[in-house]
Amino acid sequence: MPGFRLTLISTLVFVALIVVLPLFGLFLKTTTLTFPQFIAAVTSPRALLSYRLTFLSSFAAASLNAVFGLLVAWVLVRYEFPGRSLVDALVDLPFALPTAIAGLTLTALYTKDGLFGKPLAALGIQVAFTPLGIVVALTFIGLPFVVRAVQPILESIEPEIEEAAMGLGASRFQTFRYIIFPTVLPALLTGFTLAFARAIGEYGSIVFISGNMPMKTEITPLLIVTSLEQYDYAGATALAVVMLTVSFALLLLVNLLQRKLARVTGNAVA
Amino acid sequence: MSTTAHARSRLILQESGITRAILIAVVFAFLALFLLVPLGTVFLLAFEKGIGAYLSALSDPGTRSAISLTLLAAGIAVPVNLVFGLLAAWLLAKFNFPGRALLVTLLDVPFSVSPVVAGLSFVLLFGRAGLFGPFLQAHDIAVIFAAPGIVLATIFVTVPFVVREVLPLMQAQGNSEEEAAMTLGASGLRTFFRVTLPKIKWGVLYGVVLANARAMGEFGAVSVVSGHIRGVTTTLPLHAEILYNEYNFVGAFAVASLLSMLSIATLVLKKLIEWRAR
Repeated sequence: MPGFRLTLISTLVFVALIVVLPLFGLFLKTTTLTFPQFIAAVTSPRALLSYRLTFLSSFAAASLNAVFGLLVAWVLVRYEFPGRSLVDALVDLPFALPTAIAGLTLTALYTKDGLFGKPLAALGIQVAFTPLGIVVALTFIGLPFVVRAVQPILESIEPEIEEAAMGLGASRFQTFRYIIFPTVLPALLTGFTLAFARAIGEYGSIVFISGNMPMKTEITPLLIVTSLEQYDYAGATALAVVMLTVSFALLLLVNLLQRKLARVTGNAVA
Repeated sequence: MSTTAHARSRLILQESGITRAILIAVVFAFLALFLLVPLGTVFLLAFEKGIGAYLSALSDPGTRSAISLTLLAAGIAVPVNLVFGLLAAWLLAKFNFPGRALLVTLLDVPFSVSPVVAGLSFVLLFGRAGLFGPFLQAHDIAVIFAAPGIVLATIFVTVPFVVREVLPLMQAQGNSEEEAAMTLGASGLRTFFRVTLPKIKWGVLYGVVLANARAMGEFGAVSVVSGHIRGVTTTLPLHAEILYNEYNFVGAFAVASLLSMLSIATLVLKKLIEWRAR
């Protein structure tokens, strides 16, 4: 095939300029900090609380997505009902709707006078401007990941296997528990990890609904922006390096899971 | 997806009617609460004070300049990523070379990096205190807090879209038709445009549609490099934020309604492409 030199050089130049150079700049800036300075910046009480909030709310949202994502995928693959293809299209809305718009509209819904906020306030539950609001926004953002990861695997399960299980006397629940669930699990974990990774770095949908109170509802990406606005470039960079490390670890995990998934389904990974 | 036939072929394996009805109802309720109502609320709030207020919010000069900046950013970022995405997909599909796996990972990096971190890295390169800051200042070139920074950040966040869609298609389709064309004397470029491109066109279009939605809607990365100068460096999502913070809710949601219509159009196009590509 021709074009090796042309495509190689242009791709390398593009990736070097657009992807590698900015990340290199990030690490270069980190080197202007001494090690104790770096540690101090990434372990300040405000930073630690922001990690805790970011991590816990992302975990809660990804877990919700795992449960409801599996359910949505199951219903879409297994059942016939009017509006099925509309539901299938709607699942991708969080990918298509700008995150800031999701943040704006969710905030409007969940504030004290909002459509959902009012009845919830009557029950004594406040969502907007609390960690709960962050979980709501992150659940919105992460929904498609689990559905789209699980859907193809559910479709690929051969009916014969289930028939065999039921022929041997397994109940419907046992068939799900021992046959279907283990097959779907790697895909479910992949979707969970993708939703979690996306949630960790999410910013646009959260800034509106979280209220951004330092030490209370301040996620790490917001702390980076705040540091930057106060011209604390070194502090912002140190936090960014922490986030980048977590992102790469999660990326690695997704790759491992996908390799496992490829073994389950017998498909090659791109 | 051939789920229709699939589902029908195993009616015996289905849950009881009641279980099915409950599960479907839960899915409808969940998606309505989490997706449909928020989407509808955008339009409800945009038209809260009538169509006149809606239209005047959209004809505001700040909104107009945000529209043009958004179109500019997407108008540059999407074609750039289309061209380089196709080049990269050809490279990765047709050749094996040392470092190939690393290159695949690097092309995927923008999806796993927080948009805020991406924006920050551009500030650290091109900002006043950045690596190229002194050089840019000496030549009076503004990148950060100006349109070029917004374009760069938008290119960064949309890098993976086209490659991701096109590469698996190219790999699945193999090389035999290209080899035949070239044996018959077609040049490499001619082979690409006449043989390869028609085979992957739906994948390309799919990638472009998704990249465009992300380019027009990007918030985090663009927000960090923009500086929020009203009417100068604000894209539509940033403009919606400014209006919202000024308690101009009709204005904010009018702008949001434009982006929501974009997302509905994206979903419709996506479905159409999936349907045509089958």
